[in-house]
Amino acid sequence: MKLPLNWVRDYAKIETTPHEYAEKMTMSGSKVECWECEADHIKNVVIGRITSLEHHPDSDHLWVCGVDVGEAAPLQIVTGAQNLKVGDLCPVALDGSELPGGVKIHRGKLRGVESNGMLCSLSELGLTTHDFPNAIEDGIMVLDEEVPVGTDATRALGMDDVSVEFEITPNRPDCLSIRGLARESAATYGVPFEDHTPPMPQGEGDINDWLSVRISAPLCSRYVAAMVTNVRVAPSPRWMRERLRLCGVRPINNIVDITNYVMLEYGHPMHAFDYAYVGGNQIHVRNAEDGEKIVTLDGVERGLDSSMMVIADEKAPIAIAGVMGGEFSGVYDSTKTIVFEGACFDGPSVRVTAKKVGLRTEASGRYEKGLNPENCLPAICRALELVRELDAGDIIGGVIDVYPHPRTERQLPLRADVINHLLGTQVPEREMVEILKPLGFGILGETDGARTVVVPTDRYDVERDCDLAEEVCRYVGYNKVPSTIMKGIATARPTERQNFHDKMIEALIGYGLYECETFSFYSRKAWDNINLPENDPLRRAVVIMNPLGEDTSIMRTTAVPSLLEVVARNYNARLPEAALFENPTEYIPGESADELPTEREKLILALYGGRYDYLALKGMVEGLLTTAGIKGARFVRNSTGTTYHPGRCADIMLGEVCLGTIGEIHPTVLANYGIKPRTWVADLSFDLLFEHRGGTPEFTPLPKHPAITRDLALVADEAVPAAEIAARIEQGAGSLLESLSLFDIYRGENLGAGKKSLAYSLVLRNPDRTLTDEEADAAISRILNLLAEIDVVIRS
Amino acid sequence: MKQALENIRQTAATLLAQADSEAALEELRVRFLGKKGEVTAILKQMGKLSAEERPLIGALANEVRSEIDEEIRRRSKELADAALNARLAAETIDVTLPGTPVAQGKRHPFQQVLDELKQIFLGMGFEVKAGPEVELDHYNFEMLNMPKSHPARDTQDTFYITENVLLRTQTSPMQIRTMEAQKPPIRIICPGRVYRSDAVDATHSPIFHQIEGLVVDEGITFTDLKGTLEAFIKKLYGENTKVRFRPHHFPYTEPSAEMDMSCFKCGGKGCPMCKGEGWIEILGCGMVHPKVLENCGIDSERYTGFAFGIGLERIAMMRYGIDDMRLLYENDLRFLKQF
Repeated sequence: MKLPLNWVRDYAKIETTPHEYAEKMTMSGSKVECWECEADHIKNVVIGRITSLEHHPDSDHLWVCGVDVGEAAPLQIVTGAQNLKVGDLCPVALDGSELPGGVKIHRGKLRGVESNGMLCSLSELGLTTHDFPNAIEDGIMVLDEEVPVGTDATRALGMDDVSVEFEITPNRPDCLSIRGLARESAATYGVPFEDHTPPMPQGEGDINDWLSVRISAPLCSRYVAAMVTNVRVAPSPRWMRERLRLCGVRPINNIVDITNYVMLEYGHPMHAFDYAYVGGNQIHVRNAEDGEKIVTLDGVERGLDSSMMVIADEKAPIAIAGVMGGEFSGVYDSTKTIVFEGACFDGPSVRVTAKKVGLRTEASGRYEKGLNPENCLPAICRALELVRELDAGDIIGGVIDVYPHPRTERQLPLRADVINHLLGTQVPEREMVEILKPLGFGILGETDGARTVVVPTDRYDVERDCDLAEEVCRYVGYNKVPSTIMKGIATARPTERQNFHDKMIEALIGYGLYECETFSFYSRKAWDNINLPENDPLRRAVVIMNPLGEDTSIMRTTAVPSLLEVVARNYNARLPEAALFENPTEYIPGESADELPTEREKLILALYGGRYDYLALKGMVEGLLTTAGIKGARFVRNSTGTTYHPGRCADIMLGEVCLGTIGEIHPTVLANYGIKPRTWVADLSFDLLFEHRGGTPEFTPLPKHPAITRDLALVADEAVPAAEIAARIEQGAGSLLESLSLFDIYRGENLGAGKKSLAYSLVLRNPDRTLTDEEADAAISRILNLLAEIDVVIRS
Repeated sequence: MKQALENIRQTAATLLAQADSEAALEELRVRFLGKKGEVTAILKQMGKLSAEERPLIGALANEVRSEIDEEIRRRSKELADAALNARLAAETIDVTLPGTPVAQGKRHPFQQVLDELKQIFLGMGFEVKAGPEVELDHYNFEMLNMPKSHPARDTQDTFYITENVLLRTQTSPMQIRTMEAQKPPIRIICPGRVYRSDAVDATHSPIFHQIEGLVVDEGITFTDLKGTLEAFIKKLYGENTKVRFRPHHFPYTEPSAEMDMSCFKCGGKGCPMCKGEGWIEILGCGMVHPKVLENCGIDSERYTGFAFGIGLERIAMMRYGIDDMRLLYENDLRFLKQF
C-alpha cells in the first residue's frame, strides 16, 4: 500500500520527515517498506516562459529560444521540438540539473550555438500523458496552468510529495486505505484524527425509477447502488491525478479515477457500470449457474460454477462479484448514465472464486481479507461528492441500499488485569482507554473494571483480550515494556536418540567425511539413474501435486541418487577425491495418499578417489557399528542388486535384520551420472542402528597373565570367504582367542590357480592363569581340523 | 712404593686423557683398578710395609684409586655427552615441513549453527523435538488458526500431496503436536526442514530450515518472550547485541512481533549488510493465540505461552558471509571445507 503523505494530512495534521515517519509507524505496527519522492530524482529544473523563438542559423529543425526563468536576462536554449510558441510555459532543466534515470544536463553548444540548458518533455521528467492529459508525448511539455516563472518544476508539477510504501498484514484490511493509515498515523503522533463524513447526496429524480437491486446470494452482505446521468467523461483534475499516481494507480478519466480514488481512500473497491448495459434495469446478486460464462473486462471468456457469486442483469452475469467486471461494464466515451456499486462480498468466497477463475485483482485482494459492509454507503456518498466536485455528471436522487446481513459493533469487556497478565505489565486501565479511543474504539462505562470496549466495525480482527492487548502494547511501545526471565525451573536434556545421533555424526566426521545437505525431492529419473528395477517398491513415492517442476516432484524414497549427484558435482569440479555423508530422510508412502508417509532416517556414506576402496569404506562402517555398540553384524555378499557392482556389494546383517548395504557403485550407474572414478557407497538405516544399539559397556579387568601369539599362514580356494575362515578360527580357539587379525593376503603361481593365502595373527590368553604352549598347540590343532573341513590348509 | 703409586697416577692421567671410547676406558679401569690391576697389586703388598709407613701408603693408594675412578666416570660422561650431542645434531629435521594430513571431516555449515542454537536452548531448559515434514493440512494450518479460506495461506505457497496432506510450510505444526501430546509446562524447540514453492535463486530455496520454539505455562508473559529471545540472541551474537521488537501479525500468535537485532557488522551504525538501517530482521514471535491453545485442549484462561520461529539459513549465511543460498545445497567440497 502506497500512501502520499499529503493525502494523510487531509485527516491528520502531522509534521514529520519521511525517515521519522517510517520509523514511528513501523514501531507502532504499520510496517514501512520504503518511501520515495519523485523530486529527489529531479534537481534544478524550473518553470520558464518562451520569450523568443528563432530558427537555428545552421539547421532546418533546431530552434533557438529565449527563455525567461525569472533571472535578469532570458536564457538562450536550443531545442529540436516543433510544438513551441512564444508565451508557452515549460519545464527548463538548467545548467547542472538532474533528471530521472541519473541524466545530468550541462551548458553546451549545438551546431555552434550556445545552449544553457534543456527544455523538457513529459518522458524526460518521468511522466506520461496519463499524468498530464493535455500535454503531448513527442514534444516539450507545455503547462496549461499559469505558474510564476522560476518556480521549481517538481513543486509546480506536483511531484514534491512523498509516497510511503507500507507492508500491510492480512489482518488489517482497514489499513489498505488512506483513512485507515491516517487513523494509525494520528494515533502514532498523538494528533486528532479528523475524519470526513461525506453527506448523503442530493440529486434529481429517484433512483428507484431507474433501477432495482436484488440479492439472492447468501454471501453478499450488502449492495449499495447510486446513479449519475449526463456523464461528462473528461480527465480528472491534477490534484486527483497526482494522488493516484503517487499510489501507483494510472489516471484514466474522471469516472474511473473517482472509483479508484474512493477505493484508495476508503479501502473499499467500487465499480461503475454503464447503465445501457444493465439489461432490464435490474441488478441481481446471485450465485452463477454451473456452466454459465462471462467475458471479463480483459476480454477473456471465463467459465463459472454455482460456488461463484456474480452481478447479473435480468439475463446474464455482468461482473464476477468482487473480482472483475464483464466486457461491457466499463465506462466509455459514449457512456451516458452510470451505476456506482459499493458492495460487500464474503472474503473466503471471493478468494476461492478468484483462484478458480485464475484472476487476482486489486478488488479481489481486498475483498478476500474481509471488508466492512458499513463502509459501502460512505464510499458511495464519497464518490457522489466527488462527482459533484468534478462536475462529472448529474446525480440521480437517492441510493438503493440492500443490506441483508448488517455488521454489528462487537463489544468486549475491558479486562485490564487479563491484558496486563498476558503482557507482564502494569498499564493502568485509564491509559488503556486513552490508547484505544484514538484508534476508533468506543468505551462504555466510567469505572475501572467495569468498562466495555466497542470495537469499530472495520476492526473485525479484534475479537478478544489478546487482540486488545496487542493494541495496548504497540502503543505503549513493544520496546518500552520490560524484558523478564521466565519463572519456574525447566530442565532439559537431549534424548537418547539425539545423543546417539551426535555420536554417529561425530564418528563420521572423525573418519574424514564431510556432511552434505541435499533436497528431499527429485525426479523419477533418479530411480532410473541408479538402475532401480521397474517393480522395485521404492518406486512408489509421495508425489507433489503442484511441484516447481518435474525435477522436484517426487519425495525421495532413497537418498542414494542425492549423494551420487553430489559426487558427480565434485568430480566435475575436478576434485580428485571426496569423502561425504548425509543424514537424510526418506519418505515411504502409506497405504493411501491421505496417510502420512513413514519418514525414515538414514546415514549414507560416499567415497571416491585415490586413497579409498571398498575396504576403506567397510572399515568406516565397522567403526560406526563399534561406536553404536552393535556386535555380531555380518557382511553378506549381495550379488543381486542393480545399483551396486554385483561382485562388490554386501548386505550388513544383524541376525535376520538388514542394517544397510555397502558396495561399489555399478559402472553403468556411474556412467548415468558421468562419474569416471570408482565410487563406494554405504546406505545405512539410522533407525535400525539406533534400535539395535548396544548398552553401556561393562568393564573387563586388564590381563594379569601372559599371552601367546601364533601366526597362521593358510591356503584356501578363492571362493572361500575370509569371514568363513575367521569364523572357524574363532570357533576352534574358543574362549582363549583374545584377538584375531589378518595381516597379509597373497596370490601367486606357487599357490596354484584359484588359490589365495591368508596370514592371520592370533593372540591367545587364559585370563585366569598362564597359558601353556601345550594348550596353545591344542587350540591351533582344533582350528586346523575345522579349517580342513573346508579345504583350508597350512601353507607349506 | 710411594714412587710406584705416583707413577701409576701419572700414567693413568695421561692414558685416560687419550681414551676416546667406552671400551678404552673399560680397558684402563681393568688395568689400574681391576682385581689384577696395578693399584690393586700395590695394595696387596701393603703387608710388607712398616707400621709407620702402612697408613701413609694406604692413604695414598686409596687416593690414587679414587682419583682414577673419578676420572674414568668423568671421561665416560664426557664421551656419552659428546655422543648424544653428535646424534642430536645429526637428527636435525626441517621443522617447517608440512604435517602429515589426518582425515578430518566437518559438519555442514548450517548444522554447525544449528548445534550451537540447540545448545543455547537446551541450556535455557528447552527440549529438542522433531516432527514430520510431510504433514496434515490440519496441523500445518487449521489448528494454527488458518482455516482453508484464510488469506495468510497465500503468503506461504504450499506444496500439496493431496487436499489434506502437504509439505509443511513451517515448523509450527510441532506446536500443535506437542500440545496435544503433553500438558504444560512446555518448553520445546523443533528444528527441521520446511518447504515453500519458491524457485531456487541466491536468496530463495524451496527447502529451508526453521527452528520453532514454544513455551506454555501458567503466567508466561510478553515480557518473558522478550527476555528469553533477547537472552538467546545475546548468547549467539554476544552480550553487546541489542534487540528491538516490532509489531507484526501471525494468525497463531497475538500479540505478534518481529525481532530485529543490531547489525553485527556495523554495530547499528548502518552498512550494506543491514541495508543502512542498523537492524537485521532475525525472527518472528508472539504470544500463543488462545484459540490455538483451546484447539489443543489447553485452558487459555489458566495458561499462556509464546512461540517463535527462526530461519536457520539466514543465520548461517550471515554468520559466514555466504551470499548465495544455492551453495548450501550444492555440497561442493571446496565450500564445505571452509567452515
